[in-house]
Amino acid sequence: MREIALHLLDIAENSIAAESQNVSVHVHEDLFHDRLTACVIDDGRGMDAETALHVQDPFYTTRTTRNVGLGIPLLKSAAEMAEGSFSLQSEPGQGAWVEADFRHSHIDRMPLGDLSSTFLTLLISHPQIDWTFLYRVTDKNKQSRDFIFESAELKSELGDISLTEPEVLTFVRRIFEEGIQEVALQTVAE
Amino acid sequence: MPAIKSLEELKRIREEALQKKQMKATPGNVQVIVAMGTCGIAAGARDTMKSVLNYIENEKISGVTVTQTGCIGRCEEEPIVQVMLGEQPKVVYGKVNVQAVEKIMKQHVQGGQPVKENIIQI
Repeated sequence: MREIALHLLDIAENSIAAESQNVSVHVHEDLFHDRLTACVIDDGRGMDAETALHVQDPFYTTRTTRNVGLGIPLLKSAAEMAEGSFSLQSEPGQGAWVEADFRHSHIDRMPLGDLSSTFLTLLISHPQIDWTFLYRVTDKNKQSRDFIFESAELKSELGDISLTEPEVLTFVRRIFEEGIQEVALQTVAE
Repeated sequence: MPAIKSLEELKRIREEALQKKQMKATPGNVQVIVAMGTCGIAAGARDTMKSVLNYIENEKISGVTVTQTGCIGRCEEEPIVQVMLGEQPKVVYGKVNVQAVEKIMKQHVQGGQPVKENIIQI
């Protein structure tokens, strides 16, 4: 995996497999504290403490096609390589909270990557989920800018029109691309 | 982006899409399924998905459902894309890069003819 955004796509797929209704993906680039934090929070079926430990082991998976599951271990090692940490909090029936944290300026920190494509892919692939996407950038003066997207409003407005109608696609893609760029530009200006 | 402006725009888009739907006869159920397991994502499935969506946007094709599936056990063939056209049996494509997407969308999704050289047997 070459981007944090790709990891988020992968981790969020776990939330879908856990039969979640609401899934939040949060990314915070905090230049004041020199951290980059990414988390996926869901209300799916969750897991017990033993399973939560197991999923961090590459030789564990719930899938039946083979005996390895690499998603979470890959993210964990990416975070640990960049003076960061990984945590997974969950209880059966209580959803899950997966968080990876990196030192923002660390030479080995993976680039954040194409967040708008990750958000678009998640929204299109799983229109039944109520998504919340939050991208926050805090500059060195502690000023924050947010991009927030909640899919419930979009869905109720669209009614029975599919997200994959070309006009709708253009509209949604622009929301993500322009919204994220607006927030991210502040990083470049640093 | 101001929320209200975008919401108004959305309402307009919705009406346009509705009108178009009434004018056009539904072409039958078309589904494009991109595999999005860890293996698929690592092999470039997000770019594959993006190309499918770009194609739909650029060619303005209506009535295509785009969805995803997990790992189907053929990780070495990722990115994998499956196409279902109406009642016809599902066609599975392997190593679907951006160029292959163009071909599959044009020849199979729009033209109804599977792209033989990219098909994999599962």
